[in-house]
Amino acid sequence: MISFLNANATIIIYLVKIALLLFIVLTVNAYLTWFERKVVAHMQSRWGPHRVGPHGLLQPLADGAKFLLKEDPTPAGVDKFTYFLAPLMALALALTSIAIIPFGPEPLHILGRDITLGIADLNIGILALFAITALSVYGVALAGWSSNSKYPLLGGLRSSAQMVSYELSLTMSVVGVLLLAGSFNLRDIINAQAHHPERGIFGWNVWPQILGFFCFFVAAVAETNRVPFDLPEAESELVAGFHTEYASFKFAMFFIAEYTSMITVSCLCTIMFFGGWLSPFPASWTFTHYLPSVILLPFGLWVIWDGIRYETIFGRLVLPGIGTVLTVIGIALAVPQLQFVNEFVQGPFWLLGKIFVFLFVYVWMRGTLPRFRYDQLMSFGWKLLLPVSIANVVITAFAILMWGAR
Amino acid sequence: MTPQLAIFFVLAALAVLGALNLIIQRHPIHSALSLIVVMIALAGLYLLMGSEFVAAVQIIVYGGAIMVLFVFVIMLLNAGVEERTNVSKLAGVAGIPLAVALLGFLAAAIARSNESAQAGVEAGTLANTKEISTMLFKDFVYPFELTSFLILVAILGAIVLAQREKS
Amino acid sequence: MVPTSYYLILSAVLFGLGVVAFVFKRNVITIFMSIELMLNAVNLAFVAFSQARHQSDGQVFVLFVIVVAAAEAAVGLGIIILMARNRQSLNVERVDFLKL
Repeated sequence: MISFLNANATIIIYLVKIALLLFIVLTVNAYLTWFERKVVAHMQSRWGPHRVGPHGLLQPLADGAKFLLKEDPTPAGVDKFTYFLAPLMALALALTSIAIIPFGPEPLHILGRDITLGIADLNIGILALFAITALSVYGVALAGWSSNSKYPLLGGLRSSAQMVSYELSLTMSVVGVLLLAGSFNLRDIINAQAHHPERGIFGWNVWPQILGFFCFFVAAVAETNRVPFDLPEAESELVAGFHTEYASFKFAMFFIAEYTSMITVSCLCTIMFFGGWLSPFPASWTFTHYLPSVILLPFGLWVIWDGIRYETIFGRLVLPGIGTVLTVIGIALAVPQLQFVNEFVQGPFWLLGKIFVFLFVYVWMRGTLPRFRYDQLMSFGWKLLLPVSIANVVITAFAILMWGAR
Repeated sequence: MTPQLAIFFVLAALAVLGALNLIIQRHPIHSALSLIVVMIALAGLYLLMGSEFVAAVQIIVYGGAIMVLFVFVIMLLNAGVEERTNVSKLAGVAGIPLAVALLGFLAAAIARSNESAQAGVEAGTLANTKEISTMLFKDFVYPFELTSFLILVAILGAIVLAQREKS
Repeated sequence: MVPTSYYLILSAVLFGLGVVAFVFKRNVITIFMSIELMLNAVNLAFVAFSQARHQSDGQVFVLFVIVVAAAEAAVGLGIIILMARNRQSLNVERVDFLKL
């Protein structure tokens, strides 16, 4: 058995990585829905879900159970093959795009093998992500059309027209970053920002490419059909847009696809513009390596304190447990014997922190901004965003010609 | 049977089945979906040959833009299932074996041609994108600029053609 | 290592299937799609030859073919939309007189 594992080690490592990453992404999706409901609720001066489990933490499990157990009707007159294909396609493409993202600079050294963090390190990383974005238009268009009903058809056509229009600005706004980095590979893009490690936060791509960053972020929000660009799926407008006729599990597939593409966009924003796994502090400030412990320790203690005084008994058991785990990890990362673990954790810590900030900005916009009308949306995409992103390319090329890429 | 040969056969079978499905299906939307499958299989073949840039461009432009255009037009025109017309039986009975025979001769001719067609296709050594872009902007810069002009003309033509009449 | 002739045979087969679809289908959009299939078959041949000779000319030409196919698809589908509007049918057998 051990020799079998040793012989097929690469494939087994890949399979384990894929399974682990899928599990992590789906869990993050589920708790992202919880996070969104809580944050939007607190922005609206109310509590979000707080009954199902302590602070509503078991709400995603309840939602998942609902999606699995609810009746799944198929409307009459739908085109069966396309009706079943559309959510499958949307979900498969959204999950595939996570495979390209690198999660840490250094490989994990276990049992004599080097395991890189990240499934596929493609030389055409960004281009492959654009290919997946281009194909995800089909999920929406086919869903809207195959439902044999007028609201989904209109919603699907509007939504896919919006996605196709903003795709252009999306790809154009990234060209500036590619010019600065000289490669499509995502790891190379991050390493190009690490060229001057003493600059810390000022070495990131967002400063030379601020216009490109805003164009990319706006175009990406429009691509993922989120507020303020979510007219095609808003409840007051088109019932539910292209996924009106989809019930429990197929609707859940669209839902997961949308949140996963939110996560992918946040990952891309941090990698391309905000330095990925690079710390914002200059490299000479090595005391900042204790930051994970400094954050985890008080947070764990606060969770314990909050949990002890919680209303339900279940909360009074679970929350202090979670708090102790966090505190122990925080202390463990600070002891001198485990410094190699701390060094290893630095990269993924910063990457995940920045992704979290972007997800918060997504949720924040959902709670705050009104939505665009459809014609305002289309004219914004074609008449403002596309010329600005093309201008960004021209300015960047000119600047590189005059002053060199770094 | 090396892994590359196995992947080639899988992708080639996918492409041929997609093309056959395009012919067999009666609703144009299913034909469009089959064509998308063919294009993705071809992109996989380009990747197998080492042309990763062409593979990515194939998916982005062909699969993500041109076929989306087809799907939109099929939806907008509400193209229905094709009607049965009276194709002569003779065409089916005599035509298909003749077509297969023609293809067989073509394939045999290719397989028996000079040795350069037998040489294996291996992944390129230089970075594919760099090579293509150098050639595109140095040797082929004039056709490149012409194609941008061509796209502009096509956009204008499509807008003019699809306008509603001002009545 | 896959011999080049395998790619060329696949390209010929796809081209032949494109021709069959072009001749036998009656919906004008499907005929258009068969043209795209033929162009794809030709692209495959180009890339196969380009990689066999280790030159990039073929792949640059493939990019041009893709661009031209995109322009042609745009204009062609515009014409198809007009045809559908004027004759209320997408059947090419109905488009046999110049007069409506």
